[in-house]
Amino acid sequence: MKELFPAKQVWGFVFSLILTFVALLVYFFNMSKATGMTIFILTAFIQAAVQLVVFMHARETDDSKSIFMTLYCAIFLALITVFGTILCMVWGWSY
Amino acid sequence: MGFFSRFLIPNPSPVIYSSMVAIGVTVLLIIVGLTHFKKWFFLWSGWLTTVDHKRIGIMYLISALLMLFRGGVDAVMMRAQLAVPDNKLLDSQHYNEIFSTHGVVMILFMAMPYIMALMNFVVPLQIGARDVAFPRLNAISFWLFFMGAMLFNISFVIGGSPDAGWTSYFPLAGNEFSPHVGTNYYMIGIQIAGIGTLMTGINFLTTILKMRAPGMTLMKMPMFTWSALVTSIIIIFAFPVLTVALIMGTMDRLFATKFFTMTEGGMDMLWANLFWVWGHPEVYILILPAFGLFSEIIPTFSRRNLYGYRSMVASMVFISIYSFFVWTHHFFTMGQAAYVNSIFSITTMVIAIPTGIKIFNWLFTMWKGRIRFTVPMLYSIGFIPLFTIGGVTGVMLAMSAADYQYHNTMFLVAHFHNVIIPGVVFAVLGAGTYYWPKMFGFMLNERIGKWAFWFLTIGFCLAFFPMYITGLDGQARRIYTYSESTGFGPLNMISFIGATLMAISFVLIVYTIYYSIRHAPRDVSDDPWDARSLEWATHNPVPEYNFAIIPQVNSRETFWDAKYKGHELFKGDYEKIHMPNNSGVPFIMSCIFFVFGFALVFSIWFLAIIGLIGIFVCMAHRSFEIDHGHYISVEEIKETEAKFGGVNKWK
Repeated sequence: MKELFPAKQVWGFVFSLILTFVALLVYFFNMSKATGMTIFILTAFIQAAVQLVVFMHARETDDSKSIFMTLYCAIFLALITVFGTILCMVWGWSY
Repeated sequence: MGFFSRFLIPNPSPVIYSSMVAIGVTVLLIIVGLTHFKKWFFLWSGWLTTVDHKRIGIMYLISALLMLFRGGVDAVMMRAQLAVPDNKLLDSQHYNEIFSTHGVVMILFMAMPYIMALMNFVVPLQIGARDVAFPRLNAISFWLFFMGAMLFNISFVIGGSPDAGWTSYFPLAGNEFSPHVGTNYYMIGIQIAGIGTLMTGINFLTTILKMRAPGMTLMKMPMFTWSALVTSIIIIFAFPVLTVALIMGTMDRLFATKFFTMTEGGMDMLWANLFWVWGHPEVYILILPAFGLFSEIIPTFSRRNLYGYRSMVASMVFISIYSFFVWTHHFFTMGQAAYVNSIFSITTMVIAIPTGIKIFNWLFTMWKGRIRFTVPMLYSIGFIPLFTIGGVTGVMLAMSAADYQYHNTMFLVAHFHNVIIPGVVFAVLGAGTYYWPKMFGFMLNERIGKWAFWFLTIGFCLAFFPMYITGLDGQARRIYTYSESTGFGPLNMISFIGATLMAISFVLIVYTIYYSIRHAPRDVSDDPWDARSLEWATHNPVPEYNFAIIPQVNSRETFWDAKYKGHELFKGDYEKIHMPNNSGVPFIMSCIFFVFGFALVFSIWFLAIIGLIGIFVCMAHRSFEIDHGHYISVEEIKETEAKFGGVNKWK
């Protein structure tokens, strides 16, 4: 019975529900913008990681090495793009 | 009549009306011809429904040549307009439409499919695979590209062409300043083709990572396959940005959202930013496969192995990552602080280092080699000095302070043509000649090919080097005329002469193909160039299954080893081969995409909704379809192989 029960997926599901409720707190409680955004960003990234590892089986095949390589590369390039854009359009904007 | 008036051209001219007639007559002739020669079934079963990577590659090649013609006509018209001061050949609106479509057609519908043609045809053969990882997806990629390109191309006879430049900057591209539907064509045509390109990227990444022949580790892959791998990675990371930017632009134009407006919280320069976040990696998507092609051609015709394989790979990987670090250099004058410009100046200049490494590697490959001056090799040798000039002017442009002088002038136009023509166009023309016998089973005529090369090279130098000078003197790009007192006249006349020579070169290339179809001998061997990599180990023309027995790889130049060092390439016996089935769904779905896109361009909502439903029906059909492919029996393989003389006949 134990082999048939997808414990990992069930716990992953519960965990992702908890993350959703934590994010929902920002709406119900009156907190500063900085605290709210911090909670959003943290829960969003953990949520994405849970989805990838638990539900999209990123770690379960022989390809997991290339999957994670691509993933890290994507995260790196996304950060470069986002911060580069902010650098041009906000921090370094002189007009 | 109110409904149909939207399809009229806002700025008609006799040239456009005559093109309308020409297009109508051509379509009619094709339909009549196909019916008369009873070729409809052949077209449908052999080509429209095919999932064979070789046939898809050939279709890409034909589309690319057609688009080269279209973009080339645009170019010659522009140079003719600028040849003398105060010329009245084209009015300003027509000129705007021509330079906008010239850019889009040449980059997205000529250079990209040309690269895709060679990737499709060559990569599975080079890694010893039977097809790409997802053959059906590959067909969808091609047909989406084709329909996107056709949607873009009908713009100049139905509703008017885009006129905001190939970069289509907002707010100029917004509804206020571009009220007619041209920019809708731009947004939606490129979107459809771009989805296809993204699929190609995913397809080739998977193919190269998963389907290499036994023994072929990553560091034993041929250089063109390496470049295709790196290019696929750039496509996967860069194209989503374009997709999102185009959706935002489309929504601004069709649904009055405010992403790129100047008021109500919009940010017009965000378009330029997103466009170049995609646009700069895009130029590496074009140039890296070109580098890969040169890395195949130069060793073959120097009779030496490629110098510095590891540094070639390292510099490509470095370029691929670094291509995402530099996009701001396209708008140094946009309004960022000097320190921001300095950061992007430095990242841009750094890219010259890996590129320089590659140039030296090619030179060292030729050093002490026994060079044969064939057409592909001529293109490769012409590429090195001309591309270096383009690279040097690129470093000049990278200096942000100096860029204020060069920005938006003909100097810039000269620079990017100077890297794209000797880089990409020379590569695809050279590689097109190189792989022609593998594709079609006969060689292209060398003598006419050499004439074409010299016309193109001399024409190129005459057309673009004067622009460096007029650009430094202040001739701005995208200006449809100039007065005599500027003194730009004589140099622009030289440019026009150069453009004419390049046009003659295109005619010569088409004539080579025609002449060779008529007169070239059909009994070329499987390996007519004495080449080094695996694609030459199969027959000529390549059978449906590519390799009767999957080859065993032992080194970077397995085929060379098999020919001269006694390596046994094909071990074991024939086994039945599993192949994918043809399918009409990719073609039908892409046709529906075309209708959907057309409906969106003209805001015909009921048709758009029907089209969208049709697309989803096609996808649902795929989800429920049971298709296990088919097998080629051992007898059939034996029969085919006997016809070609067996698997190891070149020994």
